[in-house]
Amino acid sequence: MVEMSGAGALWTALKKEGVSHVFGLPGGSVIPLCDELLGFDLRFILARHEQGAAHMADGYARASGRVGVCLATSGPGATNLVTGIATANMDSSAVVAFTGQVNRAVIGSDAFQEVDIIGCSASVTKYNMQVRRACEIPAAVKAAFHIASTGRRGAVLVDLPKDVTIDVEEMVFPETVHFRGYKVEPAPDQRELDVAAALLAKAQRPVIVAGGGVINAGASRQLVALSEYLMAPTATTLMGKGAFPADHPLSLGMCGMHGTVAANNLVPEADVLLIVGARLSDRTTGAVKSFAPNAKVIHVDIDKTEVDKNVETRMRVVGDAGLALSGLLERVGKLRSKAGKDSIWHRKLAELRCASNGKNGNGAKEGYLRAPDVIKALRKVLPRNAIVTTEVGQNQMWAALHYDAYEPRTFFTSGGLGTMGWGFPAAIGAKTARPDVPVVDIAGDGSFGMTENSMATSVEEEIPVVVVVLNNQMLGMVAQWQRLFYDHRYSAVNLRGNPDFIKLAEAYGAEGVRVETLEGFEAAVRRAIVSEVSTVIDVPIDPEENVYPIVPPGMGLKDALLEV
Amino acid sequence: MSELHTIAFIVENKPGVLFNISNMFRKKNFNIHSISVGAIPNAEVVRITIVVQADARGVYQVVEQLDKMVDVVEVKRLDPMRIVRRELALVKLTTADPWAREEALTCVNDYHGLILNIDPDTLIAEVTGDSDEIDAFLEKVKPIGIIEFSRTGITALEKGRLRLERGET
Repeated sequence: MVEMSGAGALWTALKKEGVSHVFGLPGGSVIPLCDELLGFDLRFILARHEQGAAHMADGYARASGRVGVCLATSGPGATNLVTGIATANMDSSAVVAFTGQVNRAVIGSDAFQEVDIIGCSASVTKYNMQVRRACEIPAAVKAAFHIASTGRRGAVLVDLPKDVTIDVEEMVFPETVHFRGYKVEPAPDQRELDVAAALLAKAQRPVIVAGGGVINAGASRQLVALSEYLMAPTATTLMGKGAFPADHPLSLGMCGMHGTVAANNLVPEADVLLIVGARLSDRTTGAVKSFAPNAKVIHVDIDKTEVDKNVETRMRVVGDAGLALSGLLERVGKLRSKAGKDSIWHRKLAELRCASNGKNGNGAKEGYLRAPDVIKALRKVLPRNAIVTTEVGQNQMWAALHYDAYEPRTFFTSGGLGTMGWGFPAAIGAKTARPDVPVVDIAGDGSFGMTENSMATSVEEEIPVVVVVLNNQMLGMVAQWQRLFYDHRYSAVNLRGNPDFIKLAEAYGAEGVRVETLEGFEAAVRRAIVSEVSTVIDVPIDPEENVYPIVPPGMGLKDALLEV
Repeated sequence: MSELHTIAFIVENKPGVLFNISNMFRKKNFNIHSISVGAIPNAEVVRITIVVQADARGVYQVVEQLDKMVDVVEVKRLDPMRIVRRELALVKLTTADPWAREEALTCVNDYHGLILNIDPDTLIAEVTGDSDEIDAFLEKVKPIGIIEFSRTGITALEKGRLRLERGET
């Protein structure tokens, strides 16, 4: 037992969890925490808005596979975190957020900068708690890290009243915590695996759809092994990008609303569809009735509430994706599976893989580059293990379609919540975790405008990243829907008041460059990834350019429009 | 087909747990028909019985979502054939008219209820039963004149040696 303040206990507990970086922004109720921090070997990365701090912690968590930590003050600091927490939680990213709170005696009195953050964050966290005594802090930190990082990962919020962080008490730092109601059972049921393997072994047209759960479980190797054994064409969801190498002969790319021609045509044809670590949102399935109309669906997930939620499942396998995949491989091996050996099926795969994904014929309009070409050029220039983050909208879908991810934890996006402004601070967080690899945010001008103030953090903390702004001076995806589904009526999408992004970058002490050719773009990227400061590469693209393919809302995956 | 299902569960007796439970129902768009809550002394847990309106897949998801919650220790959908279910209602009737008082006493008697309070022109009756019996009682006394009533919601136990908490009885 050791006597210390609540603040000291917090930082000590974080050190014990192996935390090296905290992303945050202080305010009145966390001044005692910041003061105590001075005595600890912890790097505090000062954000310029709490949302940015949460996204940085999220990017850090995704790139490192560890827990990302962020801190904000009470009231507006805490509410500003909420979007970031919700983003992380929806994408199963392990983030622990600490918020300051007013003194215990005035909680409930509408004190200055008081907000009920426990109530506010309940719907967007895996768990949350308010610490009521200083001596409870060590166990609260242990619990928060345990819950955030085990089972299906997620966000946990810990609310710390100011006087709790000041009080000095005897502290005990527990090695473990136990929650009677929190069960983590990674090992799948053997009988479930037996049945699933028997279904897979008999498949004529097997397809695998891999989601972000495969990456979180570190199960890419097992996925490739099973896919190859079954000769099963393998698609990923948006969150699953990187789980299966995009240059593998069995790779279909992404399926879903903006999925590849190959994935969106083969997934609905499957007779046995193996879903691994994916929750099958509406953006992945399109109209559910035509997602897998003739398939026996096997769904593997660590979160049993995801199985059978959106797509009716023949066989559920609840557990860790790695254990499930190796269990399935072992079993289909014993069954001497003939699965996937159908040559017509593979000819179809080969044909579809050659099909173009969207309009290629017309060159770029005068003065613009085509976004898919820009992203393919980026891929060519970056090393295989480079990290790409995206913003949300057209930039995100172009990146998902045209940026080939080869390795897990190299492609990050706000898949579930679709948070514009996520990619840039997330890139800073990812670069903090992986200073050894280039980190590039594929952005749009609308999204970049939402969190560009993170540039101050990037410059001051010397965490250089590259921002590629696909600049169409539009809220591009909304404009695309207005062109395609609202008779070309533009409403509230014009961003002609954007700042000059070059001058903006320079104003922060970063670098900015505008490119007019693909060669110029490639050269700019080559310079940017070795620069000691962040670089914004402004790429003018055609405001009329659409992302294709697109599955119109309410339609099936096979109904994708390739162009209009 | 959408129908009523009874789910019993045990949760940690901590601040905010009931909020989290009801918040989950709201967030997932499940409809609570009734809820009854009672602390289990010395065990730091609370037993809750919830009746939900849902189809078979929906009720399955309710149970799974509850089970996933960190502070839910045990949860079980109760088989309607293997449980006893009871609800308690307090009903205040207007009995200024002698006929009304006579009629009220007869009704309460028919439903094996108790008279808890008699004032010059009102009485309060307690009736227990399953929800249908309480509905029927309320229907029966309606012509007499109901001033107000309060129902507890269903509480239930499984028959035989079954129990919700793990471990031996």
